[in-house]
This record gives sequence, structure tokens and C-alpha cells, in this order.
Amino acid sequence: MHIPDGYLSPQTCAVMGAAMVPVLYKSVKEVNKELDKKDIPTMAIGSAFSFTVMMFNVPIPGGTTAHAIGSTLLAIVLGPWAAVISVTVALIIQALLFGDGGVLALGANTFNMAFLAPFVGYGVYKLMMRLKLKKVLSSAIGAYAGINAAAFATAVELGIQPMLFHTATGKALYFPYELNISIPAMMFAHLTVAGFVEAIVTALVIYYLEKVEEDNILYQYSYRLRGEKR
Amino acid sequence: MKKLYIIALIIILLTPLGLLASGSAWGEWSLDEVKEMIGYVPEGMSKFAELVKGILPDYSIPGFDANFFQQAIGYVFSAVIGIAAILITFAILGRVMGRVKKKNG
Repeated sequence: MHIPDGYLSPQTCAVMGAAMVPVLYKSVKEVNKELDKKDIPTMAIGSAFSFTVMMFNVPIPGGTTAHAIGSTLLAIVLGPWAAVISVTVALIIQALLFGDGGVLALGANTFNMAFLAPFVGYGVYKLMMRLKLKKVLSSAIGAYAGINAAAFATAVELGIQPMLFHTATGKALYFPYELNISIPAMMFAHLTVAGFVEAIVTALVIYYLEKVEEDNILYQYSYRLRGEKR
Repeated sequence: MKKLYIIALIIILLTPLGLLASGSAWGEWSLDEVKEMIGYVPEGMSKFAELVKGILPDYSIPGFDANFFQQAIGYVFSAVIGIAAILITFAILGRVMGRVKKKNG
């Protein structure tokens, strides 16, 4: 789901980057309001977890691969605004150190994976909780929705490129496949495999965090799950 | 507490499992792969592609990726470097972010 450089036109990159500016601004403000300084290390653990989870490529039928993100998990544990920052940092490190995802494409990639995914996932999780589903199940359903929302946005951003940017003879300048190919391909990978991986990873960690004892470092960070306010 | 570090270590050591899935992710092809698929490399794509290659491109140590064992070492090494970079980033962010808790005795 990490769009490389050259796949999106500079115009698209600029629009997505501009969209992320207010999101990041609001995220920092909300974190400053909601989280104590000593909670910032949890955001670091969450970011590192997301980074590592994204390294576990899973095979998709047809010879491609995909991976989980952990966005919804972070949104549930840290709150969605803190999740934005945590996943954004992971994506920046991936782009700069490992060439995974473009640097110009960071706006688009953070919009999809660090903004859409955690917020859609968190929203669906909240909805499921309201429908009286158990926390672990709600988190799994939220995670499935969150990663698929990100996959869909990625497919749209890629798929509009050949329509908007082509040479006089109709050759693509950037990403060459249109929406009728990009959406089915991205959604197939994430609806059938990656979505379930994301759901299972999220549910397992939420299950573990709910059981964590007071002597565990994660206890003080899982207060949201126990419904405690600070 | 100790258990948590052990879990983290196990997860990091297991990352090479992610190398077993063959092929690129859909929409993350190299220029060569794109050329193979559609017969040409889009002009803009070749202009901006690989703008930043990274120090450890594709989570591998350059020149040390001849076999799966080397790739696995590079992958685990990349995980460690990436996590370290994230922790350093948050150590800096922690200085400017987060609410300072009021003294409550």
C-alpha cells in the first residue's frame, strides 16, 4: 500500500500533502491535550509495532503481497489522533531509510494509512461497541474496515492518474492502470487476506492488553481499554 | 515486563517470514517490472522513481543479499535500525509534545 515516487503526479502529491497539514496540526494539538508527557513512549511503542507489522508481507493469490498496518489497534489504544502521529512517523522512517513508499508520496501514504485507516477503524470499532459487541470482536471488525478504507483510497489515487495525466498519444505519464483495474486489484488483496491479518493482529493485542497485569509496563497504557479517563 | 521484551525480540527475529511471500505488492513495482507489464516505462514515473533510495533499500544491506540467509540478516538488521530511528524520533517529539502533568503530591 506504500505508493512509490513516480506513481502519482506531483500535483496529486501536493494535494495529498496539503490535506495532511491540518490533520497533523490537529493531531499534535489533540495529543498535547489528551496525553501526558509520560504517555509519549507508548506512542513510540505503537509506532515501532506498526513499523514491524508492516514488514510481515503476506502472499496474495495471484503472486502479489500485502501487509497489515496496525492503525486501528493504535487508534483504540492511544486514541485516533495519537495514532495519526505514530503511524506517520513509521511511514516517514520507511520512506527515508528503506525506500518503502515515496518521499513525494508521503502525503498520500500518510493520508491513507495514518489518517483514513485509524479513523475509519476507530469509528467502526465505536459503532460495534455501541451495538453491544465484545471489545475484541469490535476491534477486529474495525481493523478490517480501517485497512480496507486505506486500500480503497490508495486504489483511487493510483487509478485516477492515467485519466488525468497522459501524453498526447494517450500514454500514461505516471501510474498506468485505471480505476477499473486498480480498485479490484487492491480490494481483492485486502478484502481477502490483508484485512483478516489486520483484524487478527488487532484482536490478539487487544485481548492481551485487556488481560495485562498491573506490573506490566503496558498496564498504564491500556487505561483506555478499561474505560478509565485521565 | 521481561516477558514483553522477549515477545518484542521474538517478533523482530520472525520478521524474515515476511520475505517468504514472493512478488511485489500490487502497485509497488520496480521500473523493470512496469516495463515488463505494459511495454514501456511512463515518462513521469522514470523521472521521479527512486528519488530517495534509502540507506537500506528494501530492508536489505546493499551487497549483502545474495541468498535468503543474507536477506534475512538484512531484514532483521533493518527492523532494528527502523525501530531505533522511531524511538529516537519520539524521544525528540516527547520534548515538545504531551501535556505536562500538574503536581498532585
